[in-house]
Amino acid sequence: MNNYTLSLRIIKDRGFKTLVILFSFITIVPLLFILFHIIKNGIGVISWQFLTSLPKPVGEVGGGIANAIVGTFILIVMSCMLSIPLGVSAGIYLSERREGWLASLVRLSVDILQGIPSIVMGILAYTWVVLSLGTFSAFSGSVALGIMMLPIIVRSTEETLKLIPEMLKEASLSLGVPYYRTLLKVILPAGASGIVTGILLSVARVAGETAPLLFTAFGSPFMDVNIFKPVNSLPLVIFNYATSPYPSWHQLAWGASLVLVGMVLTLNFSAKLVTKRWKVQF
Amino acid sequence: MLEEKITELKRELIGFATLVERMIEKSVKGLHEKKRESLVEVIERDEPKTNALEISMDALCASMIAQFEPKAKDLRIALMVAKMSSDLERMGDHAVNIAESALFLTEKPLVKPLVDIPKMAEVTIKMLKDSITSFIEENSKLAQEVCERDNTVDELKDKILSELIILMSQDPSTIERSLHLLRISGNLERIADLSTNICEDVIYMTEGKVIKHQSKNW
Amino acid sequence: MESTILTIEDFSAYFGTNQVLNNVNLSVAQKKVTAIMGPSGCGKTTLIRCINRMHELVPAAQVSGRILLHDKNLYSMNPIIVRRKIGMVFQKPNPFPTMSIYDNVIAGYKLNGIRFGKRERDEIVEESLKRAALWGEVKDNLHRKGTFLSGGQQQRLCIARALAMHPEILLLDEPTSALDPKATAHIEELIAELKKQVTIIIVTHNIAQAARISDFTAFIYLGELVEYGTSEKMFTVPKDKRTEEYLTGKFG
Repeated sequence: MNNYTLSLRIIKDRGFKTLVILFSFITIVPLLFILFHIIKNGIGVISWQFLTSLPKPVGEVGGGIANAIVGTFILIVMSCMLSIPLGVSAGIYLSERREGWLASLVRLSVDILQGIPSIVMGILAYTWVVLSLGTFSAFSGSVALGIMMLPIIVRSTEETLKLIPEMLKEASLSLGVPYYRTLLKVILPAGASGIVTGILLSVARVAGETAPLLFTAFGSPFMDVNIFKPVNSLPLVIFNYATSPYPSWHQLAWGASLVLVGMVLTLNFSAKLVTKRWKVQF
Repeated sequence: MLEEKITELKRELIGFATLVERMIEKSVKGLHEKKRESLVEVIERDEPKTNALEISMDALCASMIAQFEPKAKDLRIALMVAKMSSDLERMGDHAVNIAESALFLTEKPLVKPLVDIPKMAEVTIKMLKDSITSFIEENSKLAQEVCERDNTVDELKDKILSELIILMSQDPSTIERSLHLLRISGNLERIADLSTNICEDVIYMTEGKVIKHQSKNW
Repeated sequence: MESTILTIEDFSAYFGTNQVLNNVNLSVAQKKVTAIMGPSGCGKTTLIRCINRMHELVPAAQVSGRILLHDKNLYSMNPIIVRRKIGMVFQKPNPFPTMSIYDNVIAGYKLNGIRFGKRERDEIVEESLKRAALWGEVKDNLHRKGTFLSGGQQQRLCIARALAMHPEILLLDEPTSALDPKATAHIEELIAELKKQVTIIIVTHNIAQAARISDFTAFIYLGELVEYGTSEKMFTVPKDKRTEEYLTGKFG
């Protein structure tokens, strides 16, 4: 190989490496951009008053997102209550049964569910719950969000449990421990970190969903903890205020965005921390 | 595991040696005191025991080697014990030969006073006893010393031979009896030889040195 | 004459239609070490997993024949009870990673929801760890997780865990194949001590180990029990030609 070809190769090699590193940097840019903008525009709005008072009608000074924060919290808790038992159980089932018609069906359903647009979820929840109850409600919102959380929880539970070595199960069974106890007391604790991570990530995913809440939770100016009444939530606040013609409301929207993004980032970091601290080494 | 097996091996060998010692003592005593019953005992009861013991000791050594794959000294112990047991069995055969000739001689008058044969027997039996002691104590110095006593036994045998030659040439009627006496002394000499074999095995076992097939001064 | 604790009668095992054990007949002597040896895939692990009824946890697993523990057929008992009477230690040490050493030892009780007073629990833990020759090394660290122990120590922890259930028989499935020679020697010494209290059945593909530590040896080849006898005789004068070939390294 002569010197010319050799140096050409080195140049190509270096060029490729540079390109890869450059493109990797570029992918960080959108996130930095978003964070920068949100912080810049929202930080001025954040105040104790902002976080603890109810929205005021247009024209009045002040107003806050207290009920939206509480509402988001209610929605998350309730959708967790719906999705975690179902999701974790399905995940357990799938990790135990590799084959079989039910397992294949569950897997298929979960995959398809993941692809259904969030607005369709909203419409479905509207039809099933809002129309049946005759009112918008936090409950209907959490139904929509809960269903959206299912695929992530099912998948992460299944994958976590699949990673647990068979011999752990065998160790327990060989001591004369019945199967269901082995599952509850040995396998689930060993997979706790993965399952919790899955839950946190699914919450992070739905925390900011707006479309399904448009026709279910609907939003409200009041602070209401009755789950069968409409409830306000952060994404709804952002939607409503941002699309309004009042600049003061646009400000509030930025503030709410900052709070929401802060929440999502916290959830993501918590998930990482859980994995790091709780992960069981085999 | 391995240590227990070695202890068992040593114990069995000591038991075997004790049996053979008694056989020799009985044969010589039976000759001296003209006791027919003990001579018959040696031939009919004791000898089959030595055969069985040799077979069982072989199996014991083989299973120890197969199961424990002993190395170094432990391996030498296993191998040498097998050899010693076959030497002991041969000593038993020689004791039987002595008993057989003694049986013949008890019915006849003595050709000469028994002095040298009892003396030879005494030295030989002590050699056997001490060779086993050197095995138990893993005492190669004692073993070496026992080997040197073999000369005494050889000299005694030569002395008996020359005396009996003179006797036989003087009086042909003593030939048959003399030949039996010669056989007895020959067998005693072989027993002493086998005892030195045992000592050589003990030295190999304890020190890994081979002194077989060499001249006595080393 | 030793007394028999376990009798395997006309026993066959299958994975679906694939027959793995063919008509095995074997009597295991009480409070002795019985080794089961044979080349890889011969069915020896399947055999012991049939003894503590772990084999049937695999889908499509089937068995025929009987295994009697003191005249009671294990296959007509509740498998949970069987597994409490017959403990097992696996090839790779598998202490429960989320539990402390203390909890690992009494895991058999804890996981079954069987409760004891603190003093009784402490006694069980100490006794089991002492029997497994591990007490001295861990007694000051009982509440640390078991994963910081070395491989050999973890395996002894698993033995303690199995012993805590006071089983009549302890099944060891190639317990030292994942350990270094020193840890292996420790476990072999331990087995020599343990057999005074518990009947031990050990599966091993290591012929020298089977010869060293066992009182009786069974040779399994292609799912069949080829030969069974005292270890003294088996390794010096095997009766079957296949045993001879296996021992002299002609296959497996």
